[in-house]
Amino acid sequence: MSELNELYQQLILEHNKSPRNFKKLENASHYAEGFNPLCGDHYEVWLKLDGNRIVDIGFLGNGCAISKSSASMMTTSIKGTTVEEAEKLFEKFHQVVTGKWSVDENIEELGCLGALTGVSEFPARIKCATLAWHAMHSALTNSAKTISTEEEKNQ
Amino acid sequence: MQTVEKELLFDIETIRNNFPILHTSVHGKKLVYLDNAATTQKPRSVLETLDIYYREQNANIHRGVHHLSEVATFEYEKARGKVKNFINASDNKEIIFTRGTTESINLVAHSFGRKFLHEGDEIIISAMEHHSNIVPWQLLCEEKKAVLRVIPMNDDGELIVGEFEKLLSRKTKLVSVVYVSNSLGTVNPIKKIIERAHQNGTPVLIDGAQAVAHMNVDVKELDCDFFAFSGHKLFGPTGIGVLYGKQSILETMNPFQGGGDMIRSVTFEKTTYNDLPYKFEAGTPHIAGGIGLGAAIDFVQKIGLQKIYEYEHELLTYAMRVIGSIAGVQLIGTAKEKAGVVSFVLENIHPHDIGTILDREGVAIRTGHHCTQPVMKRFGIPATARASFALYNTKDEIDALVKGIGKVKEVFA
Repeated sequence: MSELNELYQQLILEHNKSPRNFKKLENASHYAEGFNPLCGDHYEVWLKLDGNRIVDIGFLGNGCAISKSSASMMTTSIKGTTVEEAEKLFEKFHQVVTGKWSVDENIEELGCLGALTGVSEFPARIKCATLAWHAMHSALTNSAKTISTEEEKNQ
Repeated sequence: MQTVEKELLFDIETIRNNFPILHTSVHGKKLVYLDNAATTQKPRSVLETLDIYYREQNANIHRGVHHLSEVATFEYEKARGKVKNFINASDNKEIIFTRGTTESINLVAHSFGRKFLHEGDEIIISAMEHHSNIVPWQLLCEEKKAVLRVIPMNDDGELIVGEFEKLLSRKTKLVSVVYVSNSLGTVNPIKKIIERAHQNGTPVLIDGAQAVAHMNVDVKELDCDFFAFSGHKLFGPTGIGVLYGKQSILETMNPFQGGGDMIRSVTFEKTTYNDLPYKFEAGTPHIAGGIGLGAAIDFVQKIGLQKIYEYEHELLTYAMRVIGSIAGVQLIGTAKEKAGVVSFVLENIHPHDIGTILDREGVAIRTGHHCTQPVMKRFGIPATARASFALYNTKDEIDALVKGIGKVKEVFA
């Protein structure tokens, strides 16, 4: 059960039960939805930018504990950061959950996201952990309004 | 008397010993394979048949005059004969080898649908179809400006036959329904559906993917016009499937793909097509797959489909009772006529999380929408967890699943 405990840490279960910023932003400047066609997980992400700074963020949707807690932690992690900082964090987070980057060396930078590092032991669940992040990235770059996990190469 | 009883005995250990993979471990736990609606495991006889084919018989079929080509052709056509007997078709000409159920349905959409469907015509499917029995018809309807109609179902996941009768009209050009629902387990009253459709002069395609491994199928008795299934859900290889079609209809249809084997003569001015079934089999087929499917059919026939049906029914009844009585579980699909599929949701826990935790216990189930998104929508859920049984499953394995669900609840407590 150790890997399972690692995956389903208390912090993750807690975010899953009471997701933060679980709301639609009425005055959002950026928006995108993330969709996993294989399992039907679906999230919408709203961002409000003031210049280059993310002053507010919200999300709504349905999915497993991993995808929902990751979305929730994402909102708390990037609220108040600049767009560049948010993108950089996504890059690091992505490397951690895909097992390409050691957690221990940089645990401080990740903050609560460190709780999601157990995902790297569960390849089938990586897409769950990154779904809302892809939507956030898409919203910020305006590349597409609906993104699909299938655009990410299989890990 | 005694010998009869002995014969009727369903010796589960002997059956399980035929499947090497059932004796493997996953994450240090004994494998409990309950994802048979997705694909079934392969018995030794199928594995050995494939091995012998590639070691001793491999050649291209229907063209060589050399020894190996004759052997391969003989074995492949012998397998076609086994399929014919298995579903009680009238003639080998009615058995078309395809890649699987999906390709079989697409073949009908292309070769029958594109020829006979016109603007304003209608095709009837049901509310519990797999995407593979929805999308080909949508594509066809879009092209032909035809209309897709859907037979609704009730809260138990049973088709409402009265509504089907109302949908039938002179515009109806084809009815295509699933025999056994992959996400709900419902066994549909297809005999009645076929009868009503025929009274309306409409041919019927049956998606039999989830039926053939679990019950007797007799296409003559059903009187269906088309019947599609996959080899890999019947203990055979992936990449091989079957389309049965009544000869009289197949003869009126256009070819499917163009290429070698499906032609009689080719000039740059005109090509004439080969006889049935080859008219629909362009290119080198999955020869090993066809022969392997023949071995799989031998395997289930040796045990007997009626015995398999009765055994699995007992498993299903047990599973519905013990899973259904777990606190927080809601069963999805509670039809009176059901085959070995138990779909469920667990209060406040997403099916994906259930699947991951069960996997660590060695229990393989499927989670998600099972390629039936309209079914999920009908029940107002994004996904389900699904356990599906085959002849080699046991009550002990269902107990392992129940224990696993207990673990899931512990993790999320």
